[in-house]
Amino acid sequence: MAGNLVTINFSVNRRNYTVDVAADTPLLWVLRERLGLTGTKYGCGIAQCGACTVLVDGAAIRSCVTPVSSVVGKEITTIEGLSADRSHPLQKAWIDEDVPQCGYCQSGQIMAAAALLARKKEPSDADIDAAMSGILCRCGTYQRIRRAIHRAAAISGKGGTT
Amino acid sequence: MSGKTKTTKTESVPGGFLVLGFHVPVRRASAAAASSPAFAPNAFIRIGQDETVTLAVNKSEMGQGVFTALPMLICEELEADWGKVQVASASSMAKDYRHTSWGVQGTGGSSSVASEWDRLRRVGAAAREMLVSAAAATFAADRSECRAENGAVIHVPTGRRLTYGQLVEKASEMEPPKNVALKQPKDFKLIGKPTHRLDTPEKTDGSALFGLDVSIPGMLTALIARSPVFGGKLKSFNAQKAKALPGVVDAFEIPSGVAVIADSFWSARKGRDALELTWDEGEGGKLSTDALREQYAQLARTPGTVARQDGNAAEAFAKAAKQLSAEYDVPYLAHAPMEPLNCVVDLRDESCEIWTGTQAQTMDQRRAAAITGLKPDQVKINTMYLGGGFGRRGSKTSDFVSEAAHVARALRKPVKVMWTREDDIRGGYYRPLWHDRIEAGLDASGHPVAWRHTIVGQSILVGSRYEASMVEGGIDETSVEGAADLPYSIPNIQVELHTPSLPVTTLWWRSVGHSHTAFVVESFLDELAHAAGRDPFEFRRALLGSAPRHLKVLELAAEKAGWGEALPAGRGRGIAVHKSFDSYVAQVAEVSVADGKVKVHRVVCAVDCGMTVNPDTVAAQMESGIVFGLSAALYGAITLKDGRVEQSNFKNYPILRMGEMPEVQVHIVPSREEPSGIGEPGVPPIAPAVANAVFMATGVRIRRLPINAEVLKKP
Repeated sequence: MAGNLVTINFSVNRRNYTVDVAADTPLLWVLRERLGLTGTKYGCGIAQCGACTVLVDGAAIRSCVTPVSSVVGKEITTIEGLSADRSHPLQKAWIDEDVPQCGYCQSGQIMAAAALLARKKEPSDADIDAAMSGILCRCGTYQRIRRAIHRAAAISGKGGTT
Repeated sequence: MSGKTKTTKTESVPGGFLVLGFHVPVRRASAAAASSPAFAPNAFIRIGQDETVTLAVNKSEMGQGVFTALPMLICEELEADWGKVQVASASSMAKDYRHTSWGVQGTGGSSSVASEWDRLRRVGAAAREMLVSAAAATFAADRSECRAENGAVIHVPTGRRLTYGQLVEKASEMEPPKNVALKQPKDFKLIGKPTHRLDTPEKTDGSALFGLDVSIPGMLTALIARSPVFGGKLKSFNAQKAKALPGVVDAFEIPSGVAVIADSFWSARKGRDALELTWDEGEGGKLSTDALREQYAQLARTPGTVARQDGNAAEAFAKAAKQLSAEYDVPYLAHAPMEPLNCVVDLRDESCEIWTGTQAQTMDQRRAAAITGLKPDQVKINTMYLGGGFGRRGSKTSDFVSEAAHVARALRKPVKVMWTREDDIRGGYYRPLWHDRIEAGLDASGHPVAWRHTIVGQSILVGSRYEASMVEGGIDETSVEGAADLPYSIPNIQVELHTPSLPVTTLWWRSVGHSHTAFVVESFLDELAHAAGRDPFEFRRALLGSAPRHLKVLELAAEKAGWGEALPAGRGRGIAVHKSFDSYVAQVAEVSVADGKVKVHRVVCAVDCGMTVNPDTVAAQMESGIVFGLSAALYGAITLKDGRVEQSNFKNYPILRMGEMPEVQVHIVPSREEPSGIGEPGVPPIAPAVANAVFMATGVRIRRLPINAEVLKKP
């Protein structure tokens, strides 16, 4: 089973990992299959649906098309690392608004929203459209996602309390 | 994974019920808690001494909210503390979990709440009565002096109180009551109140487990190379290059193609790409959507099998003062759930355990048993969360479970069979392609006097295991639903059906036949209104005299949408009403058109689904159905050329995105009728509401979906 394996070091959710893996393996599969972090989802494999969205050094990226070799030495945050106890304002807002239906896309939605809120404290609807249109939801929860992002911004504005 | 899917032992309890091994606890019912003493009077309820109330849900949670609505039904009568309720996905091993009318375990037809409405309340009431009896015995008091409330039984005269946890042992000794009285709706504490979903928290932190997330020790990953055309057969294959790749373990033939087995998804994908395959394409290699449309259009001009006949439509049409006709085309559609199909199988000599997201447990169990040479009761299906279903996971052939069983039989190692998005989009089991021809006659006063509707399309059910029960006299009821039951008062109606046979596999797609009949009927009705010089809303109202529930939602939607009020320049408003799964939905859409593209600004929806269990879920399902239907109306098309599916992924099979989301308002008609469907009925009216709005905005009639730039061109 050898051949083409490289040793990659990176940090996920503030923990360091060393993985021997084919260099072209997308980060998504390393997270899911090697690290057991299955909150990040596979939906399309070609950066069309955003279910695989994670943060790399704070920026939202599509892990399904990101070779693991390109994240050497970087800090990756997945849905599992957003908070230890669902206390992130986005998680609170998602629960308050009962956003998820099937739930499959929601990790990607929340991570994309986290990147948005990190750079824009009070996003407008247009900001939300721009930041979130890359993340597909087949159940059609967009209206609630929009409400939840505004709510999370309000929670953050009050210092994280509801 | 294995720790979280731990099964508890099956045990018999008084009353002849079987207490199930619940599995995949959803709200943290730990294995330890499950093995401690508990009051478990039936297959649905388990109350622990720690006050936890674990309720089994025998339906698959695919977003429609059954993991909340069904426990609400039990809890209402059980008088448990809702805050202590945990949910467990029911296993496939007990008959108690079967659909109350299908006789097999399964989720579909928007039937979960309607079919469980009575049973689950009775289940809860019976357990409550046993708890009350146990408390009365402990208090040495009369039962009539005791009242169950919020997880405890109170002796009213003295105020003494015993919690359900304290009553576990005593209640287990009580005889289950023969008859129970159910609450009157006015006494409901939980049913009908907006209630937070129990599955929301774990869907916000990545801990909710879908089929694709399952991992078991020693598991390998398989991808299947399937025929590039429908009905193609494998002639030969060479896996030498594939097997030489790192991580690829094996490659072998199974009935549906060639399975590549590897240590990871990425290795399996590279291995599959390296296969050399030769196919005998047969008839399927010649199919093209354009040719099919022409064939269907010709068929539509010939007599079909009659699905409804009132009066003499041909004669009335010939005599009518004004005659209209139109033809409609809608394409094949893929379900495209966000979670691609997958199935994990652990096959042993005497058992087979399966983890997957399925809507058809018992049928899948039987197929897996037949393939692996086991008895059905040796096959256990663990239903994981479904990352969307929309019908695709209720496969009429158990295709994705069967395929995984074949792989496991050959491999004899734990295996996860995965589908890529391309496999999903090109994998068939589509909503059928339909062509409809429709003619109507108006009398001199503009009243419709004749309606002739001819439907052409493949049957989902003919040739399937459901044919015997759901096809009668050559009519697949799912081909004509929403058309043969036309609610409008027209004296002469004829509906006919042609059912061509093709190798393209078809399946129920959220709202099934209604997904096309509502578009055709409600679009053409708008054409009639226009021809009669009447307002489309008023025209419908006048024809719905014998359909009061249709009328009510129509009027409510029109009122809330401000029907008749002025719109900004360039905008159009369209209305449609449709009954499906015993629920009534009307929608008013506001659109504008620019650069060959429709923008939907607002949708106002009115729904009558009888009594509501969780009104917030009713609203969510309407929002969801509207988005699902809009994706199809604006973008959805699977097309064939030389037998090949021309689409492959979301780049050419687009679905609605955040920036395109209209404002959606949902209004629920208060009702005391029995609950009816909610997962699907939001879909059918949106396409015609939008199409009718496009006509108002542009004067262009939409007779083909999706509504793309070509369709929007003025004739």
